[in-house]
Amino acid sequence: MQWEIVIGLEVHAQLSTRSKIFSGASTAYGAQPNTQACGIDIALPGVLPVLNYSAVERAIKFGLAVGATINSPSVFARKNYFYPDLPKGYQISQFELPVVQGGSIRIQVENAEKTIRLTRAHLEEDAGKSLHEDFHGMSGIDLNRAGTPLLEIVSEPDMRSSAEAAAYAKALHTLVRWIGICDGNMQEGSFRCDANVSVRPRGTEKLGTRCEIKNLNSFRFLEKAIDFEARRQIEILEDGGSIRQETRLYDANRDETRTMRSKEEAHDYRYFPDPDLLPLSISKEWIEQVKAMLPELPEARRNRYIEDFGLSSYDASVLTATREIADYFENTVKQLSAQAKLCANWIMGEVSGRLNKENIEITHCPVSPAQLAALLARISDGTISGKSAKDVFDSMWQGEQGGDADAIITAKGLKQISDDNEIEKLIDEVLAAHPQQVADYRSGKEKAFNSLVGQVMKATKGKANPAQVNTILKQKLLK
Amino acid sequence: MLNASLKQLAAQLLEKKISSVELTEVFLKHIRSLNPELNAFITINEEMSLAQAQVADKMIASGQMHPLTGIPVAQKDIFCAKGWLTTCGSKMLSNFISPYDATIIERFNQVGAVNIGKTNMDEFAMGSSNETSYYGPVKNPWDPLAVPGGSSGGSACAVAARMAPAATATDTGGSIRQPAALCGISGIKPTYGLVSRYGMIAFASSLDQGGPMAKSAEDLALLLNVMTGFDARDSTSLQREPEDYARDLDKPVGQLRIGLPKEYFAQGVSPDVASAVEAAIAEFRKLGATTVEISLPNTRLSIPVYYVLAPAEASSNLSRFDGVRYGYRASDYADLEDMYKKTRAQGFGAEVKRRILIGTYVLSHGYYDAYYLQAQKLRRLIASDFTEAFKQCDVIMGPTSPAVAFNLGEKSGDPLQMYLSDIYTSAANLAGLPAMSIPAGFGDKNRPVGLHMVGNYFREAQMLNIAHQYQQVTDWHARAPARLPEA
Repeated sequence: MQWEIVIGLEVHAQLSTRSKIFSGASTAYGAQPNTQACGIDIALPGVLPVLNYSAVERAIKFGLAVGATINSPSVFARKNYFYPDLPKGYQISQFELPVVQGGSIRIQVENAEKTIRLTRAHLEEDAGKSLHEDFHGMSGIDLNRAGTPLLEIVSEPDMRSSAEAAAYAKALHTLVRWIGICDGNMQEGSFRCDANVSVRPRGTEKLGTRCEIKNLNSFRFLEKAIDFEARRQIEILEDGGSIRQETRLYDANRDETRTMRSKEEAHDYRYFPDPDLLPLSISKEWIEQVKAMLPELPEARRNRYIEDFGLSSYDASVLTATREIADYFENTVKQLSAQAKLCANWIMGEVSGRLNKENIEITHCPVSPAQLAALLARISDGTISGKSAKDVFDSMWQGEQGGDADAIITAKGLKQISDDNEIEKLIDEVLAAHPQQVADYRSGKEKAFNSLVGQVMKATKGKANPAQVNTILKQKLLK
Repeated sequence: MLNASLKQLAAQLLEKKISSVELTEVFLKHIRSLNPELNAFITINEEMSLAQAQVADKMIASGQMHPLTGIPVAQKDIFCAKGWLTTCGSKMLSNFISPYDATIIERFNQVGAVNIGKTNMDEFAMGSSNETSYYGPVKNPWDPLAVPGGSSGGSACAVAARMAPAATATDTGGSIRQPAALCGISGIKPTYGLVSRYGMIAFASSLDQGGPMAKSAEDLALLLNVMTGFDARDSTSLQREPEDYARDLDKPVGQLRIGLPKEYFAQGVSPDVASAVEAAIAEFRKLGATTVEISLPNTRLSIPVYYVLAPAEASSNLSRFDGVRYGYRASDYADLEDMYKKTRAQGFGAEVKRRILIGTYVLSHGYYDAYYLQAQKLRRLIASDFTEAFKQCDVIMGPTSPAVAFNLGEKSGDPLQMYLSDIYTSAANLAGLPAMSIPAGFGDKNRPVGLHMVGNYFREAQMLNIAHQYQQVTDWHARAPARLPEA
């Protein structure tokens, strides 16, 4: 039987506010345990939550960026359960009326475009962390993270492969960073994915029983976990078994998922509206203000790069992977508008390669867009060859000559010989010195031509403009 | 001195006839002599009280005199006060020294009032007799066989027995008004949102409201002036212009229209209470008021609605008492779940557990719609009854409690009978309306009767005016339990 995999994702994006969603404590990562937890975060008797409107603003931004409805009012609800890292014994979340409803994200998989619908996105607070090591049979509790604002983004079950799921997660990851609502740091847990996976016979409508997979902290693990889980479910069904609805944990070391809790063990969270917080109303004026703050979105930029600069869909996608890369590209191409493809190639090739190798963010790239543009201009006007340009780029990276491409070209004597007369003179000398090769070429041995080009380049230490050498040499040999 | 009004005490302090330290000592001495029997206070900390009195004396000396500067106020043990044991009447918080001040404690501190001690209360404010306190029951100063009412029984007893000139209290379903009535003092629960709930340990957040208890309406007005006001730390706090609640005290009652709900005078009121309340209403007629029969048809639902919503919120509010971060923790446990179970089984009393169970049940999957949502709908109906009623009248009057104070132990085995103590009071909480109780004579066994008054939203000044005018022509509020020693 042919099986179809059905996937929906729940992503928790930590919102980049300075203080927590219901208290004034800092959200900075990595502080000493329990130093960033105030009375509200540790749930002292009598304390009350007060909503941080910066978190709401970020949720609105997201909603607008995905074309969703911004609900007003939306309602904060309590999700009740006991756990030591949940100080109040309930998490403040949103249940029946989330702040963001609907919307969609466009993804590209193997050159095909697809729209993934969003169900909702709601605001909630994070829990603290339980530390099970180093406490000799006891657990440590760090409440620094308790109360950190999260936007939980829930998709419809619209994805049909692990590749689509990864593409969706990446597109979402790009978007939340692009609009500046989340730093996207997956190691620090700022962007976490849970996947709902089910399978069904291809061609059928009814959804299979799903399992929720938790703890997917990289895109690679997301894909691997989904692949494993789909195989597991298919094997069970093909053996005549049935799927148990449950929550499963992905173990990256063993590359497998395993049962965390079954449906029967699932909590009854006893959601009800939080009486400490009034329904959240969001005015049209506020929405308009936020809309005015939104940058041009990645999809719009991508399309613009394809249309205005004639870039391929692939190139346009790579260059809009983050807003910083896109800005770098635009600042480069701004000074070299006829050479968008050259700019794109260099940024995706030399610049990205070097940044990756040295683990530097593009915002801290030692070669500025203006400097890069100056270098690329010398390639396009024939002053230097592409090969020499790489040497010049290397020098610019090291900061030689203040990163000035022309100064480096001059200092290194890399300027190409592009004067026809000079090249003609050189060729005449080479031809005179190598009569055998000339005779070979004329008798039909094409290879001899390359050998002659090589001799010319050798004589000029590689500085002769290769295109000109080719043209002139051909003319001479035809005589 | 013990019977003096707040205004009289302030005058004596201003004229330097007495210092705040001396005044505080007078009340501390009275507390030392009476509290062992009445058990109105859970914590007395003479050192801290006197330190505050010294600060108050400096304020007075430097001319920074506020109407409450230097005056002792008993604080219900539901309010977190920095450096004070704050138990909420529970074993669960028997070791909890608050690291911060509730907003209202802060407000009293700012004007230089003196915290004279933390008063006893039903555990987590759940009770109508003060018998659910882990720290033992409070006795009614009018009759030590009787309960003082609850949950603010300690505050009511402290004021009635003149152990404090005033006290704070909280009211979720009648916890200010019912003990005020049973102890023969005055108490007001303001409109929901006027008094900050920050630092007031939550029972049922959408119903809880702090308020003052005192001997007279005039004193209540001065206390409300300090207690009310917007607080950014409480999202349900109302942003309103501050008002002077004493501004209308001396106005004549005039054309007042008093609504008398026929449901409140039907069956269920004991005859002694009914006749005292009728006499009080007759007094208002003499002052020029007219009465009109009104109907609050849904009021009969207020107890069932209250006992769905309040436990629902409480079950969640009390989840933080888990033994992990502060408060009581069971000493022996096998694992985390065992620690939770034992801590909460040992740390909470029977009534608190009963309400957590009810609340958990009504919020559970499959029951939520039938109980919680249904109760929310009925809550709106109960509130709209009042909206209708206030088209016909300015204030609604009736008995605060169906009977005078019952005996200790009389109802503690029968939760339903106990819950019916709040039958006239809980509707005001469900609607968020201001309501008060003032002394209106004595009933069976010479125990006090309270007159209940519900006003429209934000009509506290008007209600205090009406009560003050009544207290100008009656002296019920000035009576003190005869058996108290003179100071």
